[in-house]
Amino acid sequence: MERLKVDLCGITLDNPVIPASGTFGYGYEFAELYDINILGTFSFKGTTREPRFGNPTPRIAECTAGMINAVGLQNPGVEKVISEELPRLKKCFGKPVMANVSGFSVEDYAYTCARLDTCPQVGWLEVNVSCPNVHGGGMSFGTDPASAAEVTRAVKAVTAKPVIVKLSPNVTDVVSIAKACEDAGADGISLINTLLGMRIDLKKRRPVIASVMGGFSGPAVFPVALRMVYQVSRAVGVPVVGMGGVSTAEDVIEMMMAGACAVEVGAANLVDPFACKKIIEDLPAAMDRYGIKNLKEITEGAR
Amino acid sequence: MKNSIFTVTENQNIARGTFRMRLSGDTGEMRPGQFVNIKLDGLYLRRPISVCDAEDGILTIVFKTVGRGTEKLASAEPGEKFDLLTGLGNGYDLSKSGEKPLLIGGGAGVPPLYMLAKKLVEAGKRPFAVLGFNTADEVFFEKEFSDLGCAVTVTTTDGSRGVKGFVTDALPAGYDYFYTCGPEPMLRAVYKAARTSGQFSFEERMGCGFGACMGCSCRTVTGYKRICKDGPVLEKEEILWKD
Ligand SMILES: Cc1cc2nc3c(=O)[nH]c(=O)nc-3n(C[C@H](O)[C@H](O)[C@H](O)COP(=O)(O)OP(=O)(O)OC[C@H]3O[C@@H](n4cnc5c(N)ncnc54)[C@H](O)[C@@H]3O)c2cc1C
Ligand SMILES: Cc1cc2nc3c(=O)[nH]c(=O)nc-3n(C[C@H](O)[C@H](O)[C@H](O)COP(=O)(O)O)c2cc1C
Ligand code: FES
Repeated sequence: MERLKVDLCGITLDNPVIPASGTFGYGYEFAELYDINILGTFSFKGTTREPRFGNPTPRIAECTAGMINAVGLQNPGVEKVISEELPRLKKCFGKPVMANVSGFSVEDYAYTCARLDTCPQVGWLEVNVSCPNVHGGGMSFGTDPASAAEVTRAVKAVTAKPVIVKLSPNVTDVVSIAKACEDAGADGISLINTLLGMRIDLKKRRPVIASVMGGFSGPAVFPVALRMVYQVSRAVGVPVVGMGGVSTAEDVIEMMMAGACAVEVGAANLVDPFACKKIIEDLPAAMDRYGIKNLKEITEGAR
Repeated sequence: MKNSIFTVTENQNIARGTFRMRLSGDTGEMRPGQFVNIKLDGLYLRRPISVCDAEDGILTIVFKTVGRGTEKLASAEPGEKFDLLTGLGNGYDLSKSGEKPLLIGGGAGVPPLYMLAKKLVEAGKRPFAVLGFNTADEVFFEKEFSDLGCAVTVTTTDGSRGVKGFVTDALPAGYDYFYTCGPEPMLRAVYKAARTSGQFSFEERMGCGFGACMGCSCRTVTGYKRICKDGPVLEKEEILWKD
């Protein structure tokens, strides 16, 4: 449907709906349920240079209108992603996929992105700068404009694919970080990653999550996410992908009115595996209700 | 995995803090040891509950009230509808049972063994069951297991019913294989006490319940597994206990 089409860094998406990294695996669990080719694209599980088991369990805590996860980037490592996951994905997904990349040093990011740059299936690199910088004292790359820019530059140097830098909301000034990434060559910005949170088990008198803290997401974070998308999309010229708490077609429209050109959906997929399918199906009627002829015009108007 | 709506037909308090709920809906492809994931109004994550029995469009679940979700389930009236994901998890492998399998259940771990016992009996096997509880008023399903034709031993921690002690104090001799489900300390005790090979059903806090989030991963001898998708049942030989 023409009116749902949007552009993301030069690649046309049939619609702006993108399952967010970490909530859609490598797609197959969902492909058993519906044809995932109806999606705009999806962002696969955060991939690192080496395989990772991630954090001890419990890794999940329920919250009011949301959840905390402390998965800790469990993934099979970039070589296995290239040799096993991507060929398997090809059988159920024919569109360019968004490759989500994490790292613990600038070299890690560059290495993993260079490897993924060789994969024709990958349309965009979504570089998650929320990981702790092991060479920089453990602070996340994404909490400091200079390190976020350094990662961006290093990645841009090894790939011709569009680089979308994914920002953490756990910062005092997200706009300065977004601008630093844009200046360093980012082709797009996506936000927000999860908000640092925790829960305590009253009976056991200790944190629910084994690693104590984790990332909070789900409908409860929507207003915070929307605010950050609004601020960033007014400050940068590159496309912004909005996410955080999106669960309905109206939420997608609201994110686009805040300035997003495409929208990722995270936790909603876990509680309703058909969430993205329903959102896509609901979009035309929701657009009619608000007098929207085509989605592109919203973002253009907002910015 | 399937997603469908089930309607409560019956919800009965069968022991202290324990409810048996029957629901009508699409029970196709539910195997012993699999679970369903239940959406509850006002709670963000679904609640995983084992299939206790499934036949002719009627799903039976048995649950203990331990928090907001299970309290909500306990107060559900006939006619109420729930959104379920079904057919989750690998389930028990019945082909390894031998002639005389032993079923070892503890508290809220007893329910999945019921459908397993039923299928084993249908296959001509002669299962024993050892069911462990804290106190006499928490005991359930003793009669249900005997009605299937199983030899049943009940244990209670305080000795108020059956054998005093833990399930491991009452393991019979002469079993060929075992299947177990219960709280982790019990599973560890069974792991030490058991003399044959067997299968263990595990619990973990879940984000999705269908393999997408990596929230429930564990390490095993054969690599990383997701309790919700590659489990909840693991073979004794592949278990690596945490710490
Ligand atoms: C595969 C599987 C099968 C199960 N089968 C049964 C069954 O047949 N009968 C039964 O009584 N219980 C069963 N449980 C345990 C049941 O899922 C929990 O008791 C229930 O989720 C508690 O929810 P609550 O809202 O009442 O408790 P709360 O403590 O308020 O729940 C808070 C959060 O923690 C999670 N949680 C709490 N306890 C557990 C637990 N033991 N395992 C996993 N998640 C938990 C909840 O799902 C929820 O997300 C099973 C668990 C798993 C993983
Ligand atoms: C279980 C889980 C795992 C996640 N893993 C990743 C990841 O590997 N990489 C990443 O960039 N973001 C990850 N995220 C963050 C999401 O992609 C998204 O930014 C965030 O959850 C906000 O969206 P939501 O509120 O719709 O969930 C994860 C989120 C969840 C819930
Ligand atoms: S709970 Fe999501 S993968 Fe197991």
